[in-house]
Amino acid sequence: MAGAACAGLAVVLVLAVRDLPDEAPGTLPEAVADRAAETGATNPVTAVLLGFRAYDTWLEVAVLMAAAIGVLAVVGARDVAGRAPSPHPPPPLLGWMASLVVPAAVLVGGFILWLGSSAPGGAFQAGSVLGAALLLAWLAGRPGLAGVPARALAPLLGAGTAAFLATATVPLLAGDALLEVPAGVAQALVIAVESAVTVSVAVTLPLVVMAVREPADAPR
Amino acid sequence: MRAAGDPYLLVGIALVCLALRALVLAPGALRRIIALNVMGSGVFLVLIAAAARGEGEPDPVPHALVLTGIVVAVATSALAIALARRLHRIDERDEDDGGGR
Repeated sequence: MAGAACAGLAVVLVLAVRDLPDEAPGTLPEAVADRAAETGATNPVTAVLLGFRAYDTWLEVAVLMAAAIGVLAVVGARDVAGRAPSPHPPPPLLGWMASLVVPAAVLVGGFILWLGSSAPGGAFQAGSVLGAALLLAWLAGRPGLAGVPARALAPLLGAGTAAFLATATVPLLAGDALLEVPAGVAQALVIAVESAVTVSVAVTLPLVVMAVREPADAPR
Repeated sequence: MRAAGDPYLLVGIALVCLALRALVLAPGALRRIIALNVMGSGVFLVLIAAAARGEGEPDPVPHALVLTGIVVAVATSALAIALARRLHRIDERDEDDGGGR
């Protein structure tokens, strides 16, 4: 019954897709291309993320922080600091691989972050790469994020939201609109906010994985 | 690229519908969380494919939506899994208590 309903939904969706016009209607891409320079980012996706839809991105970074806080509240923040991935020593091949991959991933992550303002790349991609590096280091038996005391995690988790909050409210003090970006410092602001969001993403992603991981033969 | 024959759009639709079926029918919280994730991936695929219609550069607005969406989906899944595990433990403990009496 449910299967038939889902198959029916698939047929309806495919028919809907067949009716899509071949050219996307609307002028959003042109509007973005025309005014991307004002946001301080020449890459159109970054211009949308941190310029035209900065409000949306801000709240999504806040959702990320809220999810991390929720996970820590359920699992216990103190349990994450100092936690080991497994009671057994990690396989030697994993340690060897981590010592090769982690430095390279840190370089690549930093490069992607830097690239973000002018080419495909940016905070979310760089944060994912750096977060994966932190997770790999932890799985390979290095401290990684587990070496960071629970108290120090909070500012790292909140960095992105705080940076957005600052860029959103400082213009208010000067009498401008919320999230209005002064033309002269737009590019520096984009890089600063992206760096802060990168830190938050790079800490949140491995942290939530570490928190929900349960070693198979750990004592309960 | 013509929208009607775009394989990415069709794969996205297939993912959404298969995951919807699993979301409704699968037993256990973990499977439903995974189904929700697969469904989200299908939606992302459809959005990205729809952004690439026509000639020239793809529309950057859906790209920005999907980019943040992927990261948010991972984080909210982790929260869901943490809650599901907690629930599982509570159930286990209740069963143990029931057996001991």
